[in-house]
Amino acid sequence: MNPTLAQVEEMSAQSVTGMLDLCGEALQVDPSGALWWPDERLLVVADLHLEKGVSLAARGALIPPYDTAATLTRLAEAVMRLRPARVIALGDSFHDERVSAALPEILRQQLRALMRATEWVWIAGNHDPAPPSDIGGDFAAELAFGPLLFRHEPQPGRTQGEIAGHLHPAASMTVRGRSLRRRCAACDGARMILPAFGAYAGGLNLREEAFRGLFDPRRLKAYMLGARTVYRVAGRRVGYRG
Amino acid sequence: MNIEAAPATANLPQPFTGWFAARGWAPRRHQLELLAARERESSVLLIAPTGAGKTLAGFLPSLIDIHAHRSRPRGKAPERPLRDLMASGDTRAAIAAIRAARRPASRLHTLYISPLKALAVDIARNLEVPIAEMGLDIRVETRTGDTGSAKRQRQKSDPPDILLTTPEQIALLIASREAEELFGSLKTVVLDELHALVTSKRGDLLALGLARLRALAPGLRTVGLSATVADPDALRRYLVPQPAVGEALADLVTADPGAQPDVAILATDERVPWSGHTSRYAIRDIYRLIGENNLTLVFVNTRSQAEMTFQELWAVNDDALPIALHHGSLDAGQRRKVEAAMAAGSLRAVVCTSTLDLGIDWGDVDQVIHVGAPKGASRLAQRIGRANHRLDEPSRAVLVPSNRFEVMECRAAVAALGEGAQDTPPLMPGGLDVLAQHILGCAVGAPFDADHLYAEVTSAAPYAALDRETFDRALDFVATGGYALRAYERYARIRKRVDGRWRVANPRVAQTYRLNVGTIVEESMLKVRLVKAGRKTPRGGMWLGEIEEWFVSQLEPGDTFIFGGHVLSLVGIRETEVYVSKSPARDPKIPSYMGGRFPLSTYLAARVRDMVADPKQWKLMGPQVAEWLRLQALRSVNPARDQLLVETFPRAGRNYLVCYPFDGRLCHQTLGMLLTRRLERMGARPMGFVASEYALAVWGLGDLSLMIELDRLSLADLFDEDMLGDDLEAWLDESSLFKRTFRTCATIAGLIERRHPGKEKTGRQMTVSSDLIYDVLRSHEPDHILLQATRNDAKTGQLDIGRLAAMLSRTRGRIVHKALSRVSPLAMPVLLDIGREFIAGEANEELLAEAADDLIREAMRP
Repeated sequence: MNPTLAQVEEMSAQSVTGMLDLCGEALQVDPSGALWWPDERLLVVADLHLEKGVSLAARGALIPPYDTAATLTRLAEAVMRLRPARVIALGDSFHDERVSAALPEILRQQLRALMRATEWVWIAGNHDPAPPSDIGGDFAAELAFGPLLFRHEPQPGRTQGEIAGHLHPAASMTVRGRSLRRRCAACDGARMILPAFGAYAGGLNLREEAFRGLFDPRRLKAYMLGARTVYRVAGRRVGYRG
Repeated sequence: MNIEAAPATANLPQPFTGWFAARGWAPRRHQLELLAARERESSVLLIAPTGAGKTLAGFLPSLIDIHAHRSRPRGKAPERPLRDLMASGDTRAAIAAIRAARRPASRLHTLYISPLKALAVDIARNLEVPIAEMGLDIRVETRTGDTGSAKRQRQKSDPPDILLTTPEQIALLIASREAEELFGSLKTVVLDELHALVTSKRGDLLALGLARLRALAPGLRTVGLSATVADPDALRRYLVPQPAVGEALADLVTADPGAQPDVAILATDERVPWSGHTSRYAIRDIYRLIGENNLTLVFVNTRSQAEMTFQELWAVNDDALPIALHHGSLDAGQRRKVEAAMAAGSLRAVVCTSTLDLGIDWGDVDQVIHVGAPKGASRLAQRIGRANHRLDEPSRAVLVPSNRFEVMECRAAVAALGEGAQDTPPLMPGGLDVLAQHILGCAVGAPFDADHLYAEVTSAAPYAALDRETFDRALDFVATGGYALRAYERYARIRKRVDGRWRVANPRVAQTYRLNVGTIVEESMLKVRLVKAGRKTPRGGMWLGEIEEWFVSQLEPGDTFIFGGHVLSLVGIRETEVYVSKSPARDPKIPSYMGGRFPLSTYLAARVRDMVADPKQWKLMGPQVAEWLRLQALRSVNPARDQLLVETFPRAGRNYLVCYPFDGRLCHQTLGMLLTRRLERMGARPMGFVASEYALAVWGLGDLSLMIELDRLSLADLFDEDMLGDDLEAWLDESSLFKRTFRTCATIAGLIERRHPGKEKTGRQMTVSSDLIYDVLRSHEPDHILLQATRNDAKTGQLDIGRLAAMLSRTRGRIVHKALSRVSPLAMPVLLDIGREFIAGEANEELLAEAADDLIREAMRP
């Protein structure tokens, strides 16, 4: 018998399926897609891609211009709930280099209000290799914090404690003839890749070539984002073969 | 081209009289009436059965008109003088002479528009025969997506007299700079298979195109050719400009009906199954019927049924009869081969889907076998018409129901055929997404004035009721996206100039429009390639055809499915290609792509409800079905025609609620989603549901019979129409079907560009998935015009909300409840579907939880 949605949410509130261990540190994948490090009160978000809508509109696709507001609202919700001491944005925070300068005033204020309460570090991404203009916060190419290393692009080969973004991981699997696909965090105990947080940032399936060799397939777990909770699923179950 | 053997040839000029007389033919009545309509300069709708000489009737007035007005012979280069000029060395004069010689001698007189490019090509071939035989100086050409660019360009500067084309090409031509010059002389537009065109978005696009053509060519006349439909007036309105007040109708000509078709339901000694859609039980009977005839079309409702039936037929093909397969996912080259073989008479049977529904004569088909439910009486009549294109001989057809409910449906359809009853779907108001595409197309063609365009658009029947505010919103959408947050003024696609007219902002907009024109939004397709089993990194391989991405995405490597007549095993997916290998398995693991695409028509549904209620009709359906319905009366009850029977019973630790609206799977699915939400709220702990064409079954943990008995659950409240309010809205939020509808609308409206040549591999930073756009738009601007367009579509399309509303109001106060101790005979088929059918539920979260549970169990194992 399958538990109903409500029952599952109740159960998982106790079992906290988003908890994980990376190099001895207890971390938690938040249903919003952020990573929470309770001991350090540190919140990590990857690939915000702010102003992606405007950036694409300039190229002719007039998609709804509300993505930045949507992303910031979700980020604000996580910040209000968790009250972090510091926030790390893992790169590709702005969809292209020019948009941080052209950010509409109301969104700039919204972002600054968020940043006021905490320390804030922008990690360089391939979309935004330079610090954002007139927004504030610290800027770093990458950042080591305790045993963990925060950078935008995962480095090939072995690692111990790398937390990255860039690849926008998503996982899909078949359950009773139904295909389910969600953004996910992926972690094998040595490396972790966070899902994209931005409203217009899509997902790349863990089965894809880009993830090959990054994880130990026997130890990989995908933390699939549900509506209010996170579902932990074995890497093999979502088709990761190494 | 079918002509009676009669002598009189009134009203026809030479050489037409002579041509008819030489064959001992006379024009049919409806052909002459179409000539009379031309004399009156009236637009006209011809309704005629297959084989009535519809196409010749449509063209004859144009042929006569062009011939009569051919004032001067076709401009040919005056050979001698030119040669003299060349010899004299006066190059400038020579070039001038050559230019003069090339100046178009003919101007476009008639456009013929068909829903199928193959049909346009076929008609062109057929038209060449009388033109050649009468020695007419008339040029006929086709223009489709396959026409080369040089020829297309030439057709604009030097058009033929008659151009045969498709709705998409009309949209493209209207958006070209030459539109005014090209269409200025146009006299007639012939619309073939109009009944098939008008119920789709292509029909909306074409209606807008016609309005534009009328503005370019005042006095333009339309001729609609149609199979028999339920509401001819809707088509008559479509053909003529609608006034601001009231309505206008084209003339109507109805051809004499052909011979009554000879239709039977398969008589079989086999047991008709309770459920399913395979018709496997009847395969030997079908094979026997094929053997007894020259050429049989075996129609099925879906591609997966086509695959299945084809495979089964070959499994029993002891005489090695040439039996072929034809459906939309097969490679086009392969389909052309099958068509050619049919025409050449070298096939005995073709298993096909709706790809062979329309007009082309591929050969001497002398029998149609319809496997599975017919779904609609008119649809069935059109398919049966494919057998025997001779009007005065009856078409022969055999219906093969694939389960017991379908026996009733087949019986209802045969009765409807006998009475000539029609159940073609009603015409819907034009789509706002199509309107947006048209507005952009108009701007690409030439600057337009918004007031003029509004008047023009509302003269098209599907848009006659469009209010100015909605039109302006569509215009605003085309310009800047139409968002309340006016962020994109500087990126506008069209801009209003100082003269008040709208123009495209830059050439790239026009180019993108041309690449994305049309309303057929294909499912995202992947190429299927056959490779050897066991290869680690598959590459290359023989191309088998294309398959829907969403179907493949639910398979795991190693899963087996049927495609191209083989059981295949999935090897892997890379980019846009699916690698498969042949599987030794006989039964595929993944059963089907999807159920029937066309829902049971309301007309047939009503007849089936009648049959269930009326014991006198039971024995007409054979002993098996009669016994089944008798048992139902004994164990439960057979609902009266206007009642809704709801049964509740326990079974294997679950509690079931089964109801029988007979309103089609789409409507039942929507009902299922909404009922489970409500049952959840009422504390009945529902777990899932399955919908068939006839019934809906919901199961859960709560004892529904007890809840109803104790008045803790009211069926009247459960089935109240107010479920279409908040519950529907809440569900739409997360409905994947709704998101798919949105994707279609957004693509047609031009918000999302389709893939086009050279841009197939756009990086993910360049594109945004329509699901993400939907989520953002719905939470920030729920009244946006694209969401409005999506809601309108959902009412009639995938969600069939309109039909659900009609069902709820029909059965209000007429719910009959039976609390049973076990499953009833009527409920058995739908219960058997559980686990077999693709469950289109929305309980994704629960499934995720289930998979996560697997892991917990795995972890907890000692």
